[in-house]
Amino acid sequence: MKDAFGLPQSLLVLGGTSEIALATARRLIARRTRTVRLAGRPTPALESAAADLRALGADVRTVAFDALDTESHESVLGKVFAEGDIDLVLLAFGVLGDQASDERDPVAAVRVAQTNYTGAVSAGLIAARALQTQGHGSLVVLSSVAAERARRANFIYGSSKAGLDAFAQGLGDALHGTGVHVMVVRPGFVRTRMTAGLEEAPLATTPEEVAAAVELGLRRRSETVWVPGVLRVVMSGLRHLPRGLFRRLPV
Amino acid sequence: MPAETVSVTGWGRTAPSTARLIRPRTYEEAVTAVRDAGARGSIPRGLGRAYGDAAQNAGGAVLDMTGLDQIHAIDVSGGSVLCDAGVSLHHLMEVLLPLGWFVPVTPGTRYVTVGGAIGADIHGKNHHVSGSFSRHVVSLELLTADGTVRTVRPGTALFDATAGGMGLTGVILTATVRLHPVRTTLMSVDTERATDLDDLMARLTATDHRYRYSVAWIDLLARGAATGRAVLTRGDHAPLAALPARARSTPLSFRPARLPAPPAYVPQGLLTRRTVGLFNELWYRRAPRARTGELQRLSAFFHPLDGVPHWNRVYGRGGFVQYQFVVGHGREETLRRIVGRIARHRCPSFLAVLKRFGDADPGWLSFPVPGWTLALDIPANLPGLGAFLDELDAEVAAAQGRVYLAKDSRLRPDLLAAMYPRLDDFRTLRAELDPRGVFVSDLARRLTL
Repeated sequence: MKDAFGLPQSLLVLGGTSEIALATARRLIARRTRTVRLAGRPTPALESAAADLRALGADVRTVAFDALDTESHESVLGKVFAEGDIDLVLLAFGVLGDQASDERDPVAAVRVAQTNYTGAVSAGLIAARALQTQGHGSLVVLSSVAAERARRANFIYGSSKAGLDAFAQGLGDALHGTGVHVMVVRPGFVRTRMTAGLEEAPLATTPEEVAAAVELGLRRRSETVWVPGVLRVVMSGLRHLPRGLFRRLPV
Repeated sequence: MPAETVSVTGWGRTAPSTARLIRPRTYEEAVTAVRDAGARGSIPRGLGRAYGDAAQNAGGAVLDMTGLDQIHAIDVSGGSVLCDAGVSLHHLMEVLLPLGWFVPVTPGTRYVTVGGAIGADIHGKNHHVSGSFSRHVVSLELLTADGTVRTVRPGTALFDATAGGMGLTGVILTATVRLHPVRTTLMSVDTERATDLDDLMARLTATDHRYRYSVAWIDLLARGAATGRAVLTRGDHAPLAALPARARSTPLSFRPARLPAPPAYVPQGLLTRRTVGLFNELWYRRAPRARTGELQRLSAFFHPLDGVPHWNRVYGRGGFVQYQFVVGHGREETLRRIVGRIARHRCPSFLAVLKRFGDADPGWLSFPVPGWTLALDIPANLPGLGAFLDELDAEVAAAQGRVYLAKDSRLRPDLLAAMYPRLDDFRTLRAELDPRGVFVSDLARRLTL
């Protein structure tokens, strides 16, 4: 059960090796979280992430989950919810892809779209229904600033996140008043494995800062969280730039 | 029975959850509601004055018991009342005061039900004399998980589990409560200022026994030498002779005034360190250094906040947290340290009170134990509040103190057993009485009660 500050006691991470998700899990374990389920592809990385969290004192188990295999979502997630209430579902899976090569390889591009968007639609709906049945809970969806306006440099990833972002906003409105809270998190450039080797964008942030923003957003029951917060202003400006100008921006 | 799905919070307006709200109008309907409770169970709710999640049940049923609100019998000579659990103390006062009787214990609000008063085993300004509410309960009828109604009397395990049991042993349907005789509805009140916490504790220790009712408002924003400065208000029901001639013809009239409620939407951040600091300064200065025998209306003395309906809205959308703990006599050092920490942390709290408890009552999860209890309200959006209160919990637990479950919305579950040594007995009794977990609340889920 969450407490007065929105802090969860049980956490389900979809995308159990996400650095942002693990930073969030570490932060929440330090406060109230005792039960963690890490859902992801069964890899050594997932097990080692679980071991790290276990060392912090939480009851951690891994769940084999593949975002692309939407047929299996119902049974995989159903089992997790059947074991007990989940106070917070953190939808964190996603791939960045490689824009340049994906443009030449539509199959790879579709995989980005299917992971980030289709997989999230499936898992998000299933999680939302389970939360609604238990009458409480938060669904935190990791979107991106890239969702706000597609850029030449990463529009495949950006468009998939734009779809996810719109989906999560609509889901939040659909669940308004049901006791279930949906929060869309839009980080800027986050320094992780996923972005290693990329040129850093301005206002770059870290998984720990995103985790802190998530904790704050839970307390405030926010619907949208930007990390860092100033991106809200920056992006509302960029969003309205004329196409011709936006196209020429160096970012 | 009509049931609507609604979002429910406690008085502090934090951590909402959704439940089917069912309002039984007869005992039979209550029995049906309990029998038909689904997999996520049910919990009785009164007037929703518990601050946290005690009367919430996410995904399950919440039984609004205020539909059962009949007073069945009043023993006017002996001084007791038999009534439904959904009767409010406000209604009892309206009916009983003209007959010369008063409720045995009242908290800071009249808008609690008799069932809630027993479930939380509430206390009032007379705890050092009269103990908690359950001490005055002669018997009660409890609808348990198997759908039967049992008569429960003091001195039994089921009574001790139910008094302070937060509604988790069953639904209280009726109760017989002993009353306190009064000649007037005015209070004779002595007011004095205490310049700091030590002065306050010394005054309460030395002279509390002279008063039936005693409480101190404490300025938790005062720092340095003034840390813990306070205004003591103590008194008793005024005798007839103390009333002015004009009032003597209607000594038992009870007509509490009510102001308009704050609007439904109040911006957050109205109660800051600055505004609350200013309020506290004025409140302290306005109190006389010493005044005796002032006549106050009963409602003004006991329930000043009831004059403002929905006063909890002043904290805005983020809601607020109420923190109340007790530490035993001899643990004054802990109290001093906590008051000092709160003052240094600059918690903007304007409703802080300190009280000296008397003897404890036997309820297993009943809160009061002999010693010092401090209660304060804090806006929930104060940065770092969660971690700060965790630190205070650690101090309280180390001193074998406890926090009050009726006010809690954020306690760390692993501290509970240390705070309530009879917790295991409570859990065992519940497991036997309610093996399917028919009665469950968000509080019970959060703290594994």
